[in-house]
Amino acid sequence: MKFVLDFWVQLGNWLEGVLSGWGVPVWGVNLIIDIVLAVILLVVGILAVIIFTPMERKVIARMQDRPGPNRVWPYGTLIAFADAIKMLTKEDIVPRKSDKGLHMLAALLVAMPAVLIFAVLPFGRGVIGQNLNVGILFILAIGSIHVLAVLIAGWGANNKFSLLSAFRVVNQLLAYEIPMVLCILAVVLFTDTMSMQGIVERQTIPFFVVMPVAGFIFLICAMAEANRSPVDLLEADSEMVAGYMVEYSGMKFAMFFIAEYVNMFAVAIIISTLFLGGYKFFGLEDVAPVLSPVIVFAKACLVIFVMLWFRGTFPRMRFDQLVSFSWKFFVPLSLVNLLLAALVVKLPIANPKAAPWVEGAVMLIANIALLAVTFFILNRAARRIEGPSALKRIVAVER
Amino acid sequence: MTLLSDYNFIGVFALLAIAFPFIALGVAWLLRPKKPNPSKTDTYECGQPTVGDTWVQFRAQYYIYALVFVVFDIEAAFLFPWAVAYHALPLYAWFEAFIFVAILVLGLVYAWRKGALRWQ
Repeated sequence: MKFVLDFWVQLGNWLEGVLSGWGVPVWGVNLIIDIVLAVILLVVGILAVIIFTPMERKVIARMQDRPGPNRVWPYGTLIAFADAIKMLTKEDIVPRKSDKGLHMLAALLVAMPAVLIFAVLPFGRGVIGQNLNVGILFILAIGSIHVLAVLIAGWGANNKFSLLSAFRVVNQLLAYEIPMVLCILAVVLFTDTMSMQGIVERQTIPFFVVMPVAGFIFLICAMAEANRSPVDLLEADSEMVAGYMVEYSGMKFAMFFIAEYVNMFAVAIIISTLFLGGYKFFGLEDVAPVLSPVIVFAKACLVIFVMLWFRGTFPRMRFDQLVSFSWKFFVPLSLVNLLLAALVVKLPIANPKAAPWVEGAVMLIANIALLAVTFFILNRAARRIEGPSALKRIVAVER
Repeated sequence: MTLLSDYNFIGVFALLAIAFPFIALGVAWLLRPKKPNPSKTDTYECGQPTVGDTWVQFRAQYYIYALVFVVFDIEAAFLFPWAVAYHALPLYAWFEAFIFVAILVLGLVYAWRKGALRWQ
């Protein structure tokens, strides 16, 4: 019974036992288990592309009142396989004016960080590639390679659309990294650890309830980092065709495509780990640990659905608005939020001996107060710019 | 378990992650046709011949944003150890962080007032 309920951890132990029984030395056993685990995680990453491509196209299509892909059996759900076959058999066109080396290097580099992030994502208690004690820092460090790959792709193509996209890397990907890091810091303050599994274990109440400000800022910043519409100014197809990937075709384009969807899946798991309680679901993870990956996957699907909902609802932001939104709104707000979180942790009422929800409740009240102050300041700024009737005018237009 | 052996798996996984695009592009190289011609390999600008040089200087505005970014990114790097050790520190640590953040906010306000954050 224990084998079934705690299947994933027991599977590792079983494999280790079998290999030791065959007389394989300890380092060999570890190496084989590492390789098996790495291959499994890579396959999980690639599966994300196969699952989320049809999901995105179907969801967006239903929101826009059209059927979406419906030819590939059944109901267009295997469209990703058709795409894969098409990509594999397409000619690889390299523009003759481009820097050939950089053109190739970017395609090789872009999928690597997206896949490598999966090494520290927790899918259950003990079901994790490697529970690094600096897990979240590892994700940030590896994630920054993506910025480099996009910049190389934009510069190397020798195309004006691509170059504009490379310019925008500086503003979008870099600007939105700051508030994201500051929100992660607020979570680290509460959990006292940087290990991804430790963050889940110390999260009695999901942090999205405890600190909604940090949660929403992180969600939007993560969407900007994963380059999702409405904050996908890097590849804004109505302005610059496809930005940095305009000169890529065939399998090289597929690398960028895979990187985007794997990134989206990774970001969704990071959000569900940091803010939605990861593999915890009302004690179900203790009763049947075999279901923990299912819980994580369900939460990731929820986050991705919200992202697609954003895409279906909001128009794309203007570029200068996007930049100002980060530097003039998110950065100050997340700084205040960080100091507020630090203060709440040190309050005498929220000591570790009190019930775990006391700290959470205090933080929630502090967050609501912070939101009220923010809206007060924004309202005053809007009045100064547009006169006292700004809000009334908006309401009138809405009617 | 020592700290360094934690990274054995990361190393194996990194090798696999680096090998993955090589395998994918290699398979495509076996399967794909290869018939380039001058109009295919031309720079794509919606059918128009491209005018002038593409590799120009970045505008100075981007460097200003990048500079502000570097300041705040280093700040975050300094705040991570503070956040992890925070529970063990006295309340005094909050004031230290407050002063540290306040100095950086002053820098942000300065950049804001100077118009560095306004898109021109």
